[in-house]
Amino acid sequence: MLSQKTKDTLLGPLNINNPVVVQVLGICSALAVTVQLKPALVMGIAVTIIVAMANVIVSLIRNTIPMRIRIIIQLVVVAALVTLVSEILKAFAYDVAMQLSVYLGLIITNCILMGRLEAFAMTNNAWDSLLDGLGNGLGYAIILVIVAFFRELLGSGALLGYQIIPDSWYAAGYENCGMMMMPAMALILVGCIIWAHRSLNKEEK
Amino acid sequence: MKKLYEIWKKFGQNFEQGGKLEKLSSFYDAFDTFLFTPQTTAKRNGTHIHDGSDSKRTMILVVMALVPAMLFGMFNVGYQHLLATGQIPCCGLTCALWWKAFGFGLLAVLPYIIVAYAVGLGIEFIVAQIKHEEVAEGFLVTGFIIPLIVPINTPLWQVAIAVAFAVIFAKEVFGGTGYNIFNVALITRAFLFFAYPSSMTGDKMFIRTEGTWGWDGGHALVDGFTGATPLTQLATGTPVAQSFWDMANGLIPGSVGETCLWAILLGACLLIATGVASWKTMLATFIGGGLTAWLFNQFGATDNLVGQYPWYFHLVSGGFAFGAVFMATDPVTSARTECGKWIYGFLIGLVAVIVRVLNPGYPEGMMLAILLMNAFAPLIDWCVVQSNISKRAKRSNSASVKLEK
Repeated sequence: MLSQKTKDTLLGPLNINNPVVVQVLGICSALAVTVQLKPALVMGIAVTIIVAMANVIVSLIRNTIPMRIRIIIQLVVVAALVTLVSEILKAFAYDVAMQLSVYLGLIITNCILMGRLEAFAMTNNAWDSLLDGLGNGLGYAIILVIVAFFRELLGSGALLGYQIIPDSWYAAGYENCGMMMMPAMALILVGCIIWAHRSLNKEEK
Repeated sequence: MKKLYEIWKKFGQNFEQGGKLEKLSSFYDAFDTFLFTPQTTAKRNGTHIHDGSDSKRTMILVVMALVPAMLFGMFNVGYQHLLATGQIPCCGLTCALWWKAFGFGLLAVLPYIIVAYAVGLGIEFIVAQIKHEEVAEGFLVTGFIIPLIVPINTPLWQVAIAVAFAVIFAKEVFGGTGYNIFNVALITRAFLFFAYPSSMTGDKMFIRTEGTWGWDGGHALVDGFTGATPLTQLATGTPVAQSFWDMANGLIPGSVGETCLWAILLGACLLIATGVASWKTMLATFIGGGLTAWLFNQFGATDNLVGQYPWYFHLVSGGFAFGAVFMATDPVTSARTECGKWIYGFLIGLVAVIVRVLNPGYPEGMMLAILLMNAFAPLIDWCVVQSNISKRAKRSNSASVKLEK
């Protein structure tokens, strides 16, 4: 159904060319919003939407952008989209928007966005740029969700706010790992994911 | 001895290439080198070191140096238990009670030793098998130190997780023994401290008031019992009940190995006499801590109880002495240049006292101070080496200028 190139554009960033664990971009927000699963999910979706739309818009106007001021134009596009998404979130999911706090606005500075705009959208057509944006956004979201899954499960004994670890465990002396609530542990978890990813994809190097 | 060795070698044939137990060769190798090697020394000519000492001997010496602190710690655990449950008569310990205290402490501490060694060595053996390397001996000391620095009421499963975390993330990912940046035993404690703060803080954690394995439990606590260590008392704003000599003698609440100054100094003597640990680092740590505490005494805010705590008290309370002697001198993670050792030790003492005085959240600063300076040790070494290079370059330059004249 999809040609090989389209497949690579869409699915490559999910695994072999993952923006977080291979290109090591967007680490800052991956540490900041992954204490719980829900904000991480929302953040992942928000970044996916923004990066896909920004890619399409920049790709459509790429031939009219003067090369010398392209970064500013790209920033304006991204900033407009980020503002839009954060206003929508504030309107319909206020508490999550509050949990994400400043990191929602900081999507503008997320390296994945500028990287994709510069490296892909400026030189490719709109359809490919859309796929690339979706792929990279989802690749980012996957890592966020994996990290948040472990951090919330081991750090708060819950998932999406619902308690998973039964009370009987707590009664038997089980304790949540406070280390999981700290950004340092998120870095170590990302490191573990990179570790696993590298050892699974040895031949791709 | 020779006969024993022959039997051992014969047994070892099973482990060679193609032998029955080939896959377990690193196990055999570990015990072989542990017990019998190195047997050869350099020839007695030239400038070689004529000594069979290698890292295994070094590790064994450190473990031996830790034994007094361990034995005293065991006794103290039992003694504190008897004290808290009001079993000590006013005339002092009888012989039977003495043995009861020691036996109780032994039973209480032994599980920690077993867990630390089982988990840590287990991971080391697995990693050695995967990487087809020999099992390194570094965990020998780490496994012995961990029970000494962990509060006696920490749940064993937490210790197991912390040891696994420390061995994997502080040691194996850096390349194993000798490559670690941070002291593995301290990472274990730091992990416990940050991951399970509820079992690592408070005043009950240092004294086993219940029974051990069901033995000697069910006693009521004496009236007005408090298990607060001197530093916890300070942090909570109460004056310290213990005198200087109480703290030096060590019959006070605290982590197993850290309380008795004399036991620690005994270990320090052995370490210094055998050249395993650097006396410079130890001395510099005490000087740095003492000086900083003295400055706080003189010029610090008068309402800060910890700051007004006399400087010599700082040196004997908490884990200061234990950290200075056994943890700061870790040859892998400390500074290696001779001048760097002075700076490194001094800064450990300085940071430890600053943390104690200025951060009420952390009554004890030794752990964080050593870990912090571990990170800076390579930088200190680099600066020392660079300054030496530039000094020598300057000297040789001025010498050559003179020659030209």
